[in-house]
Amino acid sequence: MKKHLTLAMFALLALPAAQAQDKPKVNAATLEKYTRAMWPKTPDGWEKRITYDETQAICSQYRNELPQAEFEKVKARELATVKLPADGNVLGDWKKGRSTANNGRGGTFTDRPMENGANCYACHQMDKAELSYGTLGPSLLNYGKDRKFAPEEARATYAKIYNSMAVFPCSSMPRFGYHGFLTEAQMKDLTAFLFDPESPVNK
Amino acid sequence: MKPRLIAIAALAAGVVLAMPHHAAAQTPVDTEKELEKYRQMMSDPMSNPGFLNVDRGEALWGTKRGTKNVSLETCDLGKGPGKLEGAYAELPRYFADTDKVMDLEQRLKHCMEAIQGLDTADVVKRRFGREGQISDMEDLVAFIANKSSGMKFNPQVTHPKEKEAYAVGEALFYRRSDFMDFSCSTCHSEDDRRIRLQGLPNLVKAKGKDVQATMGSWPTYRVSQSQLRTMQHRLWDCYRQMRTPEPVYLSEGLTALTLFLVKQAEGGELQVPSIKR
Ligand code: HEC
Ligand code: HEC
Repeated sequence: MKKHLTLAMFALLALPAAQAQDKPKVNAATLEKYTRAMWPKTPDGWEKRITYDETQAICSQYRNELPQAEFEKVKARELATVKLPADGNVLGDWKKGRSTANNGRGGTFTDRPMENGANCYACHQMDKAELSYGTLGPSLLNYGKDRKFAPEEARATYAKIYNSMAVFPCSSMPRFGYHGFLTEAQMKDLTAFLFDPESPVNK
Repeated sequence: MKPRLIAIAALAAGVVLAMPHHAAAQTPVDTEKELEKYRQMMSDPMSNPGFLNVDRGEALWGTKRGTKNVSLETCDLGKGPGKLEGAYAELPRYFADTDKVMDLEQRLKHCMEAIQGLDTADVVKRRFGREGQISDMEDLVAFIANKSSGMKFNPQVTHPKEKEAYAVGEALFYRRSDFMDFSCSTCHSEDDRRIRLQGLPNLVKAKGKDVQATMGSWPTYRVSQSQLRTMQHRLWDCYRQMRTPEPVYLSEGLTALTLFLVKQAEGGELQVPSIKR
């Protein structure tokens, strides 16, 4: 995957800046004292969503610009979490994928329990017809077409959605499958939205 | 309600209707133009319902309450008892009597309890105003912040506890956690980014125009919510979007973040209450 290689190299170039920042001005214990007071208890049913895992901690510490050794370590650790669908089929229903990509509801402390929307449009352009898109991530117009609809590219994309950091450590993109924020069916639908030749993404 | 303010409220309601509520037929550029027009309308102080909160806050400041039946007028917000001019421009800051760094709302709660003998449970319960519920805190902050309007931020980061709070605030800004791996920096560390069509201020560039304009505009009357809001509410709302649990109102971490942001905005000018989407 050419793009990802470029991103990895970019991260290496950013090395000197990262090293300047590797000493936190606040120790972990002090920070934790404050965060515990901000969130003293875990709401019922939220046990799995409240995390400050090793990867989050190191991305926070280096402000997302990891030295190479850490970069490789995080990548390997995250890659090990990726679970592809058991039957190997990563393509679901692109129409459902379109609505999931557009749906930004669910998962906040003011929402009732519901299936979470993926809100990919918060950060990505996807379908030319949808003008309300954010610019934190790259445009995904023609994503499948540009990759010749290749099955291995589709699998890599499913994996990217499952755990963005398995490809690019400390990516701004949430680890949707790793956290269980999206279901397997939703991630298949989203992959189809990007890879189906009939999907507006590729028109 | 004073007649002037009824007129203002009606005006603001009209503005809401005039807002583009869906951008489907517009290019992002057109939408940006629409928003700019809207922002200009909104910065006209005569049409800002936030001044209703200022008036109510002024009345509340002088109202005798609590078991001691006294007003808040002897409360020291950092510039001496009862001295309001410029106080907000220097908050959050360290207070020796509590040995804590406090933002305006924490300090007001302290004064209500210590000076007035007021049970603040109800004040905290009504912290965020809504239809049929007025927030004492929002009113008082509007009134007191307005006394620093036109002044420049003068953040206090000299006492060791202020230094700790600043460093914690900075660390919190970059702290990624929970369900979506977000930190504040995910959305607020670059120029000219947007989430959907919402422009995202760059809060990382110290003394940058984004962070100065942002911090200098809170408290603000939020037309989309028909309420005046304080920085406590803005941080609550950003953590909500980050899918964390609800952060505790007036917790020290929120004050630390606020101090960090105010320091980032050092030299920026306050124009408050402002009015925005
Ligand atoms: C908070 C912003 C954000 C959200 C939400 C988000 N992404 Fe991303 N995404 C990014 C960023 C930033 C990148 C580039 C860095 C990287 O590769 O991780 C990216 C990269 C990607 C890539 C790889 C692009 C390439 O260059 O090959 C794909 C595919 C992708 N995102 C799909 C999705 C899908 C599908 C969703 C919704 C389930 C989604 N993203 C939600 C920020 C986001
Ligand atoms: C998922 C993206 C996202 C994250 C993460 C996020 N914010 Fe925001 N923030 C927004 C959006 C969207 C707005 C609203 C912008 C608007 O209305 O113009 C906003 C607005 C703000 C504003 C007010 C801007 C203004 O001009 O009035 C401040 C201050 C702010 N955020 C601080 C923070 C802090 C501190 C954090 C971390 C606790 C944070 N944000 C995390 C998306 C985010």
